[in-house]
This record gives sequence, C-alpha cells and structure tokens, in this order.
Amino acid sequence: MSFISYLVNGISLGSVYAIIALGYTMVYGIAKMLNFAHGDVIMVGGYAAFSIMMYYGGSPLMAVLVAIVVCTVLGIAIETIAYRPLLEAASPLAVLITAIGVSYFLQNVVLLIFGSTPKSFQSVVTLPNVKLFDGALTISGTTIVTIASCIIIMVVLTIFINKSKPGQAMLAVSEDKGAAQLMGINVNGTIALTFAIGSGLAAIAGVLLCSAYPSLTPYTGSMPGIKAFVAAVFGGIGSIPGAMVGGILLGVIEILAKAYISSQLSDAIVFGVLIVVLLVKPTGLFGKKIQEKV
Amino acid sequence: MEIVERMKKKNFKSNMITYAMVIIAFAIMQVWKTSGNLSSLLTGLLVPICVYVVLAISLNLVVGISGELSLGHAGFMCVGAFASAFFSKCTVDVITFVPLRFLLAVLIGAAVAAVFGLLIGIPVLRLRGDYLAIVTLAFGEIIKNVINIFYIGLDSNGFHVSTQDQFSLNMEADGQIILGGPQGITNIPKYSTFVAGVVLILVALFIVLNLINSRDGRAIMAIRDNRIAAESIGINITKYKLMAFTISAALAGAAGALYSHNLSTLQASKFNFNTSILVLVFVVLGGIGNMRGSIIAAVILTVLPEMLRFLSDYRMLIYAIVLIVMMIFNWAPKPLELRERYLGRFFHKSAKEGE
Amino acid sequence: MAAMLEVKNLGISFGGLRAVNALDLTIEKGALYGLIGPNGAGKTTVFNLLTGVYKPSEGSVLLDGESIVGKSTIEICKCGIARTFQNIRLFKDLPVIDNVKAALQNEYKYSLFSSIFHTPTYRRVEKEMDEKALELLKVFDLDGVADYKASNLPYGRQRKLEIARALATDPKLLLLDEPAAGMNPNETKELMETIHFVRDHFGVTILLIEHDMKLVAGICEELTVLNFGEVLSQGKTAAVLRDPQVITAYLGE
Repeated sequence: MSFISYLVNGISLGSVYAIIALGYTMVYGIAKMLNFAHGDVIMVGGYAAFSIMMYYGGSPLMAVLVAIVVCTVLGIAIETIAYRPLLEAASPLAVLITAIGVSYFLQNVVLLIFGSTPKSFQSVVTLPNVKLFDGALTISGTTIVTIASCIIIMVVLTIFINKSKPGQAMLAVSEDKGAAQLMGINVNGTIALTFAIGSGLAAIAGVLLCSAYPSLTPYTGSMPGIKAFVAAVFGGIGSIPGAMVGGILLGVIEILAKAYISSQLSDAIVFGVLIVVLLVKPTGLFGKKIQEKV
Repeated sequence: MEIVERMKKKNFKSNMITYAMVIIAFAIMQVWKTSGNLSSLLTGLLVPICVYVVLAISLNLVVGISGELSLGHAGFMCVGAFASAFFSKCTVDVITFVPLRFLLAVLIGAAVAAVFGLLIGIPVLRLRGDYLAIVTLAFGEIIKNVINIFYIGLDSNGFHVSTQDQFSLNMEADGQIILGGPQGITNIPKYSTFVAGVVLILVALFIVLNLINSRDGRAIMAIRDNRIAAESIGINITKYKLMAFTISAALAGAAGALYSHNLSTLQASKFNFNTSILVLVFVVLGGIGNMRGSIIAAVILTVLPEMLRFLSDYRMLIYAIVLIVMMIFNWAPKPLELRERYLGRFFHKSAKEGE
Repeated sequence: MAAMLEVKNLGISFGGLRAVNALDLTIEKGALYGLIGPNGAGKTTVFNLLTGVYKPSEGSVLLDGESIVGKSTIEICKCGIARTFQNIRLFKDLPVIDNVKAALQNEYKYSLFSSIFHTPTYRRVEKEMDEKALELLKVFDLDGVADYKASNLPYGRQRKLEIARALATDPKLLLLDEPAAGMNPNETKELMETIHFVRDHFGVTILLIEHDMKLVAGICEELTVLNFGEVLSQGKTAAVLRDPQVITAYLGE
C-alpha cells in the first residue's frame, strides 16, 4: 500500500511540475528562449498568496486569484521590459543571461521585502483528507486538488490553443514569426499573451507547491523551476502534452527514488533518467524531429 | 603572402596585448599588495579572481569557439577540486616538497576533469542546442550529488569507502577521514597563491589562444559556423567537438584545484547551477569567443559584488539590475543602433581593438 | 577505363514520397555534366545521395570504380567528392583564407601537441597550407581579400569561395549546386569561364545543377533532366534541350 501512496504523492508533485513546465514550454515554443526566471515567478505567486492570507486576512480563493493577477502582470512586464528588446539579438545567449538577471532581481526584491526567514505557508486547500482501503491509504485534500487542477488546466489549455483565435495565433507565431506577421497577426501581442498565460499558470503552481511543501523562501522557486525545465525537455520542449507527461513522470520518479533508493540521490536519478531519455530520443518524448535541410 | 603575414602579425599583437594585460594587472596588484595598502577584502579576492578568469577562458572555448552552450561547467570544476584536494590530503607524508605536490595536484585535477569531460562529451555532443545545454546542466547536478554521498577514509590498511556514513568505514584507530559526504574534504592545505593563479591564467590563455590559431582550432570553429559544410569537407565533427569539450573540462578542473587549495573546507554543494551560470555570464558579457573580454568581465564581476558591500541588502539587487541593463545595452539591436549613431566613432574604435 | 561516376538504379523515399527513382547516370572522367529539372525534381537530393547526407533506399554508386554507398559524408569526401551548396554555406566568421585552410586539413596534418605548442612542424605545415590556400584563392581572384571575414564578401565572391573551398579537398568529382544563382549576366559569364578553367586546370570532373539555361547550354557537354524524381531525358546537351518532353516539363503543356 505504501507504494500506491508514494505513487499518488509522485503524481501530485508531478502535477505541479507539469503546470510549471507548461509555462516553460509555451514560452520556449513561441520565443525560442529558456526563461530561467520562470521558477522565480512561481515564488512571487507564493508570496502574493501568502500576503493576502496572512496580512489582509483574505480567503484562500481570493489569495489564489490575487496571485494569478500579480504573476500575469509580472510576466507581461518582464517580457516587455527585459526580453522583448533582446529577442532579435545576434546571440540567443543574450536573452538567456537576461533571464538569469531577472531571476536574481526577483529573488532579491522578495528578499528585501520579506526577509530570508522561511514563511510558513497555510494550505489554500480546505478539503479534508480522504481515507481509502479502511485507512490504509490516505490522500490529502491538497493532493486531490493539485491533480485535479493539473487535469483541468491541461484540458482548458488544449481547447484554448486549438479552438480559439489567440490560441491559433500562438501556434502560427511559434511556427514562423515572419509569416505570422505577414498574415496580420500581432506577434508582439501574442508573445506577451503567452508570457501572461505562462506566468498565470506559474502562480497556480506556486500556490499548489507551497500548499504541499509549506516553507516559503525567496529561493523556493529555483529548484522546481529547474526540475520543470527538465520536465519540459523530457517531454519534448515546445510540446504541451510533452510537458504534461514529462512533469508527471518526473514527479513520480523523484518520489519513488526518494522512497526506495536514496533521498540524497533522488535529484541525480531524475537527471540521469533525463539523460537516458535524450540519448534515446534526442528531442524528448513528444518533440518534433528536427532535420536541417541541406 | 603579405596579407597572410599581416594577419599573423595582427593576431600576434592581439595575443600579446592579452598576455601583457594579465601580467601588468598582476604586477600592479603585487606591488599594491607588498606595499601593504591593499585591503584584506581585495587580498582575499586575488585567488578567486584567478579561478574565475581561468573558468571564463575555459568556458569560452566551449561556448565561443566550439559554439555549444554548456550549463554544467561547475561540474568539471567540482571534479578537479575534489580530485586535487583528495590527492593533496593523501600524499602529505609521501611528497614533502610542497610546490611539487601542488603542481601534481593541479595536473591531477585537470586530468580527472578531462576524463569526465571525455566520458560525458561522448554521449552529450550528439545532441544539439538547448538539448545539449540541459544535459550538461544535468551532468553538473549529478556530479555534485554523487560526490555528496561518498565517504572515503585512509588508515594503515589502505582506503575505505562507504556511501552510508563515516562510521561504516570501519577504520583502524589511526584512520583519517578524507572525504566526508556532504561535509566534503576538510583541512585542505592552503597552497594556492596569487602567483600560482596568474601562472594558471597564462597557461590557460596560451593553450586556448594557440589552439584557436591552429589546424584543430580552425576545424572546431568551422563546425561552429556551419556543421554541414564542415562535414562536407571531411571534418570529423565528433572528434573536434570532443576535443574542445575535453580541453575545456581540463582547464576547469585545474581552476577547481586552484579553488580547493584556497579553502580549508570543500563542499560539493558549492558547485551548483548558479556557479555554472556565473561563469556563463562572464563569457557572454565579455564577448562570446573573445578571451580578453571574458577575462575583464570575470575580474569586474567578481570584484563588483564585493565593492557593492556598502549597499548591504541592496547589493545583489543592484547587481541584477546592472546585469540586465548591460545585456540590453550590449546586445539588443535597438540600443546598438543608437549607440552606433551617437557614439559610433568611440565604440567602433574599441570594438575593433577588442577583436 | 572506368567512368568517374557510375550510378545505377539509385532511389530514395521519404515516407511515401519517392524523391528519386531508378536514376542511372554515367559521367566520364573530365566531363562537364549538367543536372537540370524543374523545382522539386530531386536534383539536390541526388547531390545529397552522392555525398552521403542521405542513404539511398536502393541502387549503387561507383566513384572511379569504387563503391561509396553507405559511406559517411566524411569518408566520401576523402574518396574524392566535394560539393557546394544551393544556399551558400561558408564558415562565415572565419577569414576567407581559413575557409580554404579548413578544407586542406585532411591533406596537411600535425598533432594536437603541435597545435598547442606551435612547434616547428606547426610552422612548416602552416606555411605550406598558406601557400596552397593562396594559390587556390588566386584562381578565383580572392587572394586580395584573404583576410576578410567570409560573411563580408559580396554574394558572387562567396559562391566562388565555396568552390575554392571544395577544390581544397582535392576532389576527383566536384558537385556544384546552382553556382550561378543570384548572379547577374556578367558574373554568370565570368563564372562559366572559371568553371571551364577549374575543369582544365585541376583535372576534375564536374557535375552541376543549374537553372540558368544559358550557362547550361554554354558549358555542359551532357545533361540529365529530372522531373518528379525520374529521368526525363539524357544525352548530349543540344539534343536534350531539343527534346519535346523537356520543353513541356519546363514550359508546361
């Protein structure tokens, strides 16, 4: 029974990774950049929700909504101020380093406002725990909500991208920016929208992550950010189902490795699996095969 | 043939300027240091600056010359640091002449890192672009994690290894723990000096600058500029990518050795993703493929945060803003255009000199 | 005496698409041979098959009597096939002369040790390479710009540099993919002379893809016309260009 319990925890953690990875993958697909500040947007989302509940006595729902708004605005601001001038730069490394600058920036602003002592985050989920098999398996309310959110986000996002006009514009821009512009698509607007959605998702991920692991510091976002990046690559960066599958697999592998092999080596195992996957499938599980035309 | 001679001369001059810059900077700091006016803060920074300069040169070989993004450079530094410190600790009684022991330690750090570079490079260099970057990141993290779980002790019966804890090493009473898991290696002899650091910088520069101006360097840069064309003229892609990667790893390992012999305690957790990124920042800010630029960037960006200490809590915030602004100013097409228009002559000159 | 290139029943499919089908092609030593056809006919695919970029689904390729099917691009280059590309592929950040020297590196060798320590061997071999490279550049009137960055050359000279680079590998067979693309009539005329000169001076066999009919009619001795991956017509240039099937394929019904 403990195996199933680990598995459920893994899927729950993986759902958080998946939501973060969705943001990573969408931004990569459209701007072809590795947004290393994405993890820190999660952390900002966590602090926003924390402040609403702690200092303003807001309800959990209110906290989540405020976090989403804060992160969405933040995402658009980062894109416009820091990234947009560099998207046409001679080297793609320029925007990568800028993303790292933004990451340091966010960490240090939060550090100045909230200090470095960990904040104890109160879960936004008020659902009771569920006991199955006569109490042999307990699934927390947070876990259920996390997994459910992940599924809902996935469905809504897929419908949005495939059916709505802005979604189609995103696909067009990610395929060919120049052609999209010629077809009358507002490319800058579409990129900003992508950052907005990615950051909004990061806020949700931040709140869920902090509900499951309640200690919140300015560096909370770094490691999940990197893991989600790994998840996105794992599934094939740029692919939405890939991010989903990659995130969940990563969460499951991490929790199972912690439980059965070694908690110190769990990260090494996660990264090891990534390497093996990429060596077998060089563009990830769902990645498009790139062949340069000669 | 005159054109070729002219090119050679220009190249030679440019290389000499780079060496001279390092030597003059060294002389100034040395005089300053002996005069006793150098603050203890800066004195303490001298060796770390050398470490980061060597790392910047070594990473620039991969990123600038070979054209691959590596996000795991701290991993090679880590391997070099641990291998060399391990060697120094084990040979305290065997090799009593300190400079020889330190030299051997640095060479061993470089050699072990090179082996890792080769072993990691073989699978990794089959990948392209961002996928390659993420796998180097992954290897960097793995190296750090794996070193963290090892305990190694030495007693009269030889080495004892465990992945549990130091008590399961089952050592004799005279035993000494050399590698203590997350505690790392303690009581490392402090051999690194500013002179040693500068010598290592010069050696690294010599290797990289000479390599660039050779048959092998040309092949490496040809692959960077156009892989398909390079293949079509019979250049072995894997061989040359691996060559650049391995040499770079060896230099990073040597830098790691310099780093570890400057600290009394060495922990694997220090060599994380942020360290790799820090070095990448030096390379990108100093100019991709430009060795002189990355040396200057490494020095400035190592000293800057320390100089900003008076800003206390705002220090890293300012650093972040400076980083973003410098990137936009240096790379974004629009500011570049404005710069060209208003400061054209001034920047043109300095840009040419920077070549 | 065996022909320089003997292709039999060469074919390749990408998924369901038959890009090249049952291609037979014989090119005699020292010939100037043209491969023409409408866009998408599979001409560049033939080049990619000959140079090992793609592995053929079936068929045989003999270069000077030696089979090269299944060999890698690098091995094929060493066997003696060199090529240029339709969309110019230079080493854009390297000086002009280094573009050629990079291609000399299979012939002029020294160790990694020499590379790093700039030993006397290094100096000697580098000097030989410089001389050889300049000699090649001179043929294309590029020796005066040897120190320019390749990407700073005008388009026409970039095409020439690509040919010089290909020749530096000392090929038996030179494949030129649309060498006149983007050139004005004057440049094209000059290029025709250069191609002739290259054939005579270096003794290479040349197979070229071209859309410029004036160039094709002017310098190619024999032609193969491809259409939808199939051979439409083959033979002496004048006869092929009069073939009604060829005219239809180019001008439509």
